[in-house]
Formats: sequence, C-alpha cells, structure tokens
Amino acid sequence: MTDTPIRVLIAKPGLDGHDRGAKVLARGLRDEGFEVIYTGLRQTPEMIADAAEQEDVDVVGLSILSGAHMALLPRTVQLLRERGMDDVLVAAGGIIPDADIAKLKDAGVAEIFGPGTSIGHIASYFREHARREA
Amino acid sequence: MNAVDELASGERRPLARLLTRIESGDPELRALLPELFAAGRGGHVVGITGPPGSGKSTLVNALTGEWRRRGRRVGILAVDPSSPYTRGAILGDRIRMMEHAADRDVFMRSMASRGELGGLAATTWIAAAALDAAGYDPVVIETVGAGQSEVEIARLAETTVVVEVPEMGDEVQAIKAGLLEVADIIAVNKGDRPGADRAARQLRAMLSTAGGRIERAPPPVLVTTATTDEGVATLADAIDAHRTAARSPIEARERAASQVRRALADLAARRATAAPAWDETLRAVADRELDPLTAAERLLDGW
Ligand code: B12
Ligand SMILES: Nc1nc2c(ncn2[C@@H]2O[C@H](COP(=O)(O)OP(=O)(O)OP(=O)(O)O)[C@@H](O)[C@H]2O)c(=O)[nH]1
Ligand SMILES: [Mg+2]
Repeated sequence: MTDTPIRVLIAKPGLDGHDRGAKVLARGLRDEGFEVIYTGLRQTPEMIADAAEQEDVDVVGLSILSGAHMALLPRTVQLLRERGMDDVLVAAGGIIPDADIAKLKDAGVAEIFGPGTSIGHIASYFREHARREA
Repeated sequence: MNAVDELASGERRPLARLLTRIESGDPELRALLPELFAAGRGGHVVGITGPPGSGKSTLVNALTGEWRRRGRRVGILAVDPSSPYTRGAILGDRIRMMEHAADRDVFMRSMASRGELGGLAATTWIAAAALDAAGYDPVVIETVGAGQSEVEIARLAETTVVVEVPEMGDEVQAIKAGLLEVADIIAVNKGDRPGADRAARQLRAMLSTAGGRIERAPPPVLVTTATTDEGVATLADAIDAHRTAARSPIEARERAASQVRRALADLAARRATAAPAWDETLRAVADRELDPLTAAERLLDGW
C-alpha cells in the first residue's frame, strides 16, 4: 500500500490573502505525484484540523505570510493531536522569522520552508517524513 | 471490535481511517465487505454530476446547508481526477464546502479517481457503503467534472442529479445522449446568469419528446443559484421525493444488475490477468493466431 499517493492538506490559516505560494505548492506537489487537498483562504485552526481529520491526510501543510504564525500554528497542531492525529506530519511555509522557528518546532511543527524553497526539496522532505499506512 | 463495528459510534476518526484503507485497496478489507454492507442503514445515495465548473461543489455545499436545517446528517464523497502522468491530483472540491468542516454532522471526503475513467474512483462504491454504515443520510457523491461518457455514477446513485449551466441552452438539441440520459433530476445552475429559464424550457421540451426511458416520466428540470441558495430548497425536495421512486423494485433491480455486471467484469478481468495462460494468450492474439473473444473464453474456462 506504500505505492498509493501521499495525501497532503494545504491550508491557509488566518486572514491574509497571500495564496500564491499555497497554489504554487499545490500544483507543484500534484506534479510530484501527491494528492493535494487545497482548502482555500482564511481558515481557522478548527476548520483545518476538522478537515485533516476527515481527509485522513498524511501531511498537513500550513502556509502563512501574515505574521500571525505564533498564534495559529501551535493551536492547529494542538487541535490535530486532540483529534488523535498524532502521527500526521505538520509542515509550514511562508514568511516566518528565523527567531520563531525553534519555538514552532517545539510546538510540533516538523519543518518550516521559507521563500525560494524549491518544490522538489519540499516533495523529498514529505516523502521521507510523511506518515504512511502500515 | 473491527473496523465496521467502530463505525457505529458515529465518530469521524474510525470512518476516516477506514476510508483510507478502502482507497488503498487494503486486502484485509475484502473479508469485511459483507459485514460493511450488512451494516448499511439505508442512507439515500445521491449522485451529483455535470460538466467541469458547472457548480457541483457549490451546489453540494448549499444542499448540505438545507439538509442540515432539516436535521439530516450529510456524508459527502467528492471525486477529482488524478493525473495519468504523475498520479498526483489536486482535490479542490472541499474549498466550496469548508463552511461545514467543523459541523460534526457533516462528513466530507475528497477522493482522487486514481486512474479510473467514468467519473468515480474504483473504490467509491465501497466508500459510499462506509458512509452509509456510519449513519449518514444522504450520502452525496460528486463526480469528476463529466463529459458525455462519465456515467458510472448512475450505477451507484439511487438519485442522479445532472448539473448544467444556462450556456448549455444553445447546444440542447445536440446533447441527446450521455449525461442527460442518466439524469433523475436536472439542475440548471447559475440561475443568476441570463438564459437560465430559457435553457430549462428547452431542456424540458427536448426531454418530453426524447425516446429512451419511455416508461419513465421525464426528469424534472429545476433552476438553481448555488451561490445564493435560490432554488436549492426545491432541489432538495425533488431529491428527497425521488428516493421512493428510486427504491421501487424495478429500479432497485436495474441498479443491482448494473452493479453486479460491473463487478463481474472487474472480477473476470482480474482473474484472467492473473491466470498462468495470460501471457501466452496475449501473444497468440497479438500474432493473430487467436481472436480476442475466443481468447477471453479460454481464459474464463481455464479457471
Ligand atoms: C505578492 C505579495 C502580495 C500580493 C499577494 C498576491 C497573492 N494572491 O498571493 C498582494 C499585492 C495582494 C499583497 C498584499 C499584501 N501584502 Co504582501 N507580499 C507579496 C510578496 C511580495 C510576495 C509573496 C509571494 O507571492 N511570493 C511567491 C510565493 C511563491 O512564495 P511564498 O508564498 O513565500 O511560498 C514559498 C515558500 O514560502 C514556501 N511555502 C509557502 N507556504 C508554504 C506552506 C508549506 C506547507 C510549505 C512546505 C512551504 C510553503 O514554498 C513556496 C515556494 O517556495 C511578499 C514579500 C515576499 N518577499 O515574500 C509580500 C508580503 C508577504 N506582504 C506583506 C504585506 C504586509 C501585505 C499587505 C498587508 C500590504 C498592505 N499593507 O496592504 C497586503 C495584505 C493583503 C491581504 N489581503 O492579506 C508582508 C507581510 C509582512 C509580515 N508577514 O510581517 C510581506 C512579507 C512584504 C514585506 N516585506 O513587508 N502581497
Ligand atoms: N454566478 C454563479 N456562479 C456559481 C454558481 N454556482 C457556482 N458558481 C461558481 O462557479 C465556479 C465553479 O464552481 P464549483 O462549485 O467549483 O464547480 P464544480 O462543478 O464543482 O467544478 P469541478 O468540480 O471543478 O468540476 C465557482 O467560481 C463558483 O463560485 C451560481 O449559481 N452562480
Ligand atoms: Mg467540484
């Protein structure tokens, strides 16, 4: 069953309308063979966690350029864990200052990808770290 | 407790996990299939199909709001196409349905077609049975944006809604086959655009004279605007009303025949390709020593 495509949810928590990166990522990952569920703009952590639970994705990818990442990303991770999604890989990208990265990792965000990251690099990271069905 | 028993709790997580196993073709589930079907609670299986971009997802979202107001628990499967080259997919139907994401009585799952033609994934019928066993009613299935040949949904759904747009009016006379033929209800969506009523009239006129399902009344043609809920309650009424007709012995039997025929074809193909004589048979057909029908007969008889 490991040959079934990896399922990724791409979500934009918070209120910013910067969706170019999320869309580039969604298309790029599709071209890399992933199944990408894109939930669109302006999602609350609750909506994202609920969607991830129903979709039973292997990866939750959060794109955020608004500066509100310290409020929204740990909360999303917490809600995912509360729903029993302990093994889902949570990754983030967008505009996130280096100073915040360690704190976000402590909160359960596995990795953070800033501007200019190649899709190929992100795809390899997901392939390596995504939870897969046994 | 096995995976089917767990569905009775109505919780989302066991259902979501089971759907993943169904999609990936987990061989252990084969043995659970009879139990899964026996656990069905008779939820109304409703198909939503129609051309790309006609508003299927937006309409499912609006219908879900209406059904929730009526106290129903709504299960949704939305299928989008996989790329034949990379096997990847963008599953975008959920964007239009996020307002229901946190509603505990709505379960929505995106599925990639994973190489299957016909508008559904090969496992969508099993996924629908899982939603039914989990107590969702209706179980709504949105197909891939369909052309004229993606009519697999009619096999599975008790009620098939074909979603068209006003602009189709100009082509009504040309569209006689395919999608419209499997429609139990037609929604001319984007009713806020010019020509919707005219398109609906043309469709009605065409369907009342078209041959085909002679013994059946022509499907109702309704105008909807999914973005404003206009006409959506009427559409929900029409879908609910069709449930009784869909469950008449004749209709139920016809659907069963279609489903078993499909399963039979799949099974025969799977067994034949696994048969030891498969390679040799292919060679013989390729070298024109054997015609395809005789080849198939031999493969079947060889089991
Ligand atoms: C284009 C842009 C806009 C466009 C957005 C168009 C759109 N639909 O996306 C417009 C003009 C609308 C816009 C508006 C605004 N913007 Co602006 N915008 C930018 C800009 C110049 C580029 C962003 C972009 O599209 N990059 C291209 C994409 C492909 O890259 P990306 O998003 O970074 O994504 C890559 C990686 O980050 C990563 N990635 C991203 N997400 C994810 C997720 C996962 C899971 C993974 C693995 C990887 C990943 O992968 C991608 C590929 O490498 C940035 C500056 C910058 N250099 O980033 C400012 C910037 C983001 N904007 C900013 C601001 C302040 C605004 C406004 C508030 C300005 C204003 N005062 O009006 C408004 C707000 C609009 C709104 N509604 O939210 C600030 C944000 C500051 C902050 N966070 O503290 C920035 C950083 C500019 C700055 N230096 O001040 N903006
Ligand atoms: N004006 C108008 N636009 C609508 C209506 N319903 C849907 N739309 C818009 O039509 C576009 C496509 O809607 P979707 O619901 O994604 O269509 P779809 O049929 O699900 O599309 P696919 O799944 O990609 O085939 C979106 O921009 C919707 O906002 C409507 O009643 N009126
Ligand atoms: Mg859709």
